[in-house]
Amino acid sequence: MDDMEGEGTIKKFLYLNRKAPYGTVYALESLEVVLIGAAFDQDVSLAFVDDGVYQIRKNHNTKVDSGIGMKDFSKTYRVLEDYDVEKLYVEKESMEERGLTKDDLIVPVEIMDRAQMAALMAEQDVVLSF
Amino acid sequence: MKFAIQVNEGPYQHQASDSAYQFTKAVLEKGHEIFRVFFYHDGVNNASRLTIPPQDDRHIVNRWTDLAKQYNLDLVVCVAAAQRRGMLDDNEAKRAGKDASNMAEGFRISGLGQLIEAGIQADRLVVFGD
Repeated sequence: MDDMEGEGTIKKFLYLNRKAPYGTVYALESLEVVLIGAAFDQDVSLAFVDDGVYQIRKNHNTKVDSGIGMKDFSKTYRVLEDYDVEKLYVEKESMEERGLTKDDLIVPVEIMDRAQMAALMAEQDVVLSF
Repeated sequence: MKFAIQVNEGPYQHQASDSAYQFTKAVLEKGHEIFRVFFYHDGVNNASRLTIPPQDDRHIVNRWTDLAKQYNLDLVVCVAAAQRRGMLDDNEAKRAGKDASNMAEGFRISGLGQLIEAGIQADRLVVFGD
């Protein structure tokens, strides 16, 4: 990354996670961007909306003996704070529609309603939608 | 204005791949700048030189190659996403001990940092996905 231009620019990046953790690869590959992106010292937020809220649900069981046989990457969300990624937002309506509460989530988050979520998106410089 | 483009879906299966191309072309024809086009998720498959569409259909891969040549575009394929999906350039094929590569002319393989950098450098990052 020594060919970087414009060092010192800090933008507001929002990673918008909309998809369930398994079934498609979007959630896993979104997380990979977040981890790599952390090296760039930007102002990063993560939002979980729609089925994306399942990404941070506790107790994923995806091991081979469960019949699914995929890597459980949900614990990675817990180490995000070590990467200084600390602003995690969950949309209230998405959570309620799926019968989830804050206690079902694997990481501490801030709950926002749809209007607040829209305002959060509007104030970003870059929205990466997955 | 300076744009960066992210392409998240593969060719022919999803409109996103076509829309990304049409948008990029329109941006350039209007005299704006494309800082980079970054191919992620199944979007990496837009770079396969082994693609053989029917003769009466558009050739999505060659279309990107031609546009890159005309405007000196930076077409970047994410290395992690590419490796998962068997998309290799000569160097990656050699490094991984594979007997073939399939990257079309005009594309290059690099890391996710290139996406974040594009988000920082461009005035707008436009994501084409599902």
